Amino acid sequence: MVAERARVLNLVQAIHEALDLALARDERVLVFGEDVGRLGGVFRVTEGLQAKYGEGRVFDTPLAESGILGLAIGLAMGGMRPVAEIQFAGFLYPALDQILSHLGRWRHRSRGRVGLPVVVRAPYGGGVHTPEQHADSPEALLAHAPGVKVVIPSSPERAKGLLLAAIEDEDPVFFLEAIKLYRGARAQVPEGYYTLPLGKARVVREGRHATLIGYGGMVEVMLEAAEVAAREGVEVMVVDLETLVPLDEGTLLEAVRETGRAVVVYEAMRTGGFGAEIAARIAEGAIDYLQAPVVRVAGYDAPYPPFSAMEHHYRPNARRVLAALRRVLTH
Amino acid sequence: MKPKVVRYLDKGEFPVSGEEALALYRAMRRARFFDEKALTLQRQGRLGVYAPFMGQEAAQVGVALALGDRDWVVPSYRESAMLLARGLPIHVLLLYWRAHPAGWRFPEGVRAVNPYIPIATQMPQAVGLALAGRYRGEDWVVATSIGDGGTSEGDFHEGLNFAAVFSAPVLFLVQNNGYAISVPRHRQMRVDYIARRAEGYGIPGVVVDGNDAFAVYLEARKAVERARKGEGPTLLEALTYRLAPHTTSDDPSRYRTREEEEAWRSKDPILRLRKALEAAGLWDGDLEEALLGELEEEFTRELALADGAPEPGPETMVEHVYKEMGPDQKRAWEALKEGKHVEELW
Ligand SMILES: Cc1ncc(C[n+]2csc(CCOP(=O)(O)OP(=O)(O)O)c2C)c(N)n1
Repeated sequence: MVAERARVLNLVQAIHEALDLALARDERVLVFGEDVGRLGGVFRVTEGLQAKYGEGRVFDTPLAESGILGLAIGLAMGGMRPVAEIQFAGFLYPALDQILSHLGRWRHRSRGRVGLPVVVRAPYGGGVHTPEQHADSPEALLAHAPGVKVVIPSSPERAKGLLLAAIEDEDPVFFLEAIKLYRGARAQVPEGYYTLPLGKARVVREGRHATLIGYGGMVEVMLEAAEVAAREGVEVMVVDLETLVPLDEGTLLEAVRETGRAVVVYEAMRTGGFGAEIAARIAEGAIDYLQAPVVRVAGYDAPYPPFSAMEHHYRPNARRVLAALRRVLTH
Repeated sequence: MKPKVVRYLDKGEFPVSGEEALALYRAMRRARFFDEKALTLQRQGRLGVYAPFMGQEAAQVGVALALGDRDWVVPSYRESAMLLARGLPIHVLLLYWRAHPAGWRFPEGVRAVNPYIPIATQMPQAVGLALAGRYRGEDWVVATSIGDGGTSEGDFHEGLNFAAVFSAPVLFLVQNNGYAISVPRHRQMRVDYIARRAEGYGIPGVVVDGNDAFAVYLEARKAVERARKGEGPTLLEALTYRLAPHTTSDDPSRYRTREEEEAWRSKDPILRLRKALEAAGLWDGDLEEALLGELEEEFTRELALADGAPEPGPETMVEHVYKEMGPDQKRAWEALKEGKHVEELW
């Protein structure tokens, strides 16, 4: 269901609006994390929400990620709908025990009695010259935790609807926001409350020669590469996965079967990254259609480099995507 | 009962030798000089995001100068003053903040590890480093530092407890500057003094005026002596304030007032020490001017060294991930060395 009117917002504004609407609509929704109250978050996503909803519903926690996740789990057990912010996804690591041992297991452990409608928002990814560990993309770690969902929007209007859906969802959802898109992405965003379904991939550009698959901050990179390829007469399909868990395998496989060639793009380290999962699914479900091996464009097998020094080498760009496309097209 | 806050300055007390006092002053003034220059360089786009320490010089330098050559420091991102006082050359520190590979490898003689970005993770590691010294028959002490906010993390508590149980020679410095980015101390914890936590782990906890170099230095010396004698760790809480933003990306006007900042400006640790030195006849305007001249000269020299460091090639990004480059790094290294990306090699 999509509301009628729309205006141009950036990703920060769209997510802010979703939080505002969720807080207004459901008293059980709580927003908390490090610096989200008074300061409005280091990226200003929660700016003004504390003033509007009070310190009971939008609040600063002590600086403790494991504590934040544990608190969220308990609040959800008690019937609340916590929306926790982790200041940077690279700082989720102190909370991995809560995530792997508890957040993702409670429903299963209690034979369905205890479901945890927790949303954890975290900025991730590079492209904006952040210090060490601020640009990590830990989506594969999260996707590997049983019992949680992982959503990564690529545009403001998708982010708003997906976040509202995540907050309505009865299971824990990690909602990763590409830092590069916070102020970089601007789009028409419908007014009012609307949700977009989790677990759906979408074709954002049609094409018949090859398929590019990615999510979040990589969608604009894939579109840029597709645009360049089009000038050479190569029609490239672009798929935005949007939800990594649960994965929309139907859309993914259909898109690959149509072109017979696939390139997966992600900005985490290549080895063991989520792109490996995509390549495996394609091998399992579309091998008979493939005319070339699936190729990954990813970060290097090294820590994400801090600041500007090297990150333009590490983070995939259109040029690298085109090189990979050339490879699958000339195989 | 409230713990006593150790303080000497502004009471006319002069509890250290003239030589020690001058060493503290020079190191603090030099650190402040660096901080101001670093902020300017950052604004010119010649440094990455930078975490200033202005206002916290006494806490950092006081601890650094209380250590011996063989002792280690395990700092966090705000401890540039401590690193300088430990002997890290300015050009290396500049290159560190530029994420230049040459700045991320500290010279062998400098017993300091790279600053930590994730909060509190250094605490148990500092304990490990301290115990390693004991295993190896060395009597080095480890000083590690954390902010008030960082004491909320589990690793802080695990670190203190481990250190206590193993009686590890560690000085835990908490630079309580009142804020974790925007979150004030009272929203971070309900204890009045962080040093009180020490009691729960069975170790001594001491509170000092963190803008009083004498207080920090003398209490740190006691902690180091205790540690060296095998009497275990100390938690030293330095009450202080950062006069600048959290980092160059932060805007403190959103969470604190001008009045508060001004009030702390009048407690500037450098001004306070200078007054004491002047009263003791150890310092004057001429000496100050000469010092500033020296510092300017040194900085210009060091900045030239940093600017002259050869531009690192992109292949350095995948170096040193393992002792021996694995096949994935090797393939990437070769591509990047040729000015290509790995996808272009196939
Ligand atoms: C594990 C982790 N969580 C969050 C952050 C983001 N962060 C960087 S500094 C900071 C506040 C630290 O405050 P405090 O410990 O008081 O030290 P100060 O910066 O005041 O010196 C936060 C939340 C981080 N670096 N690491």
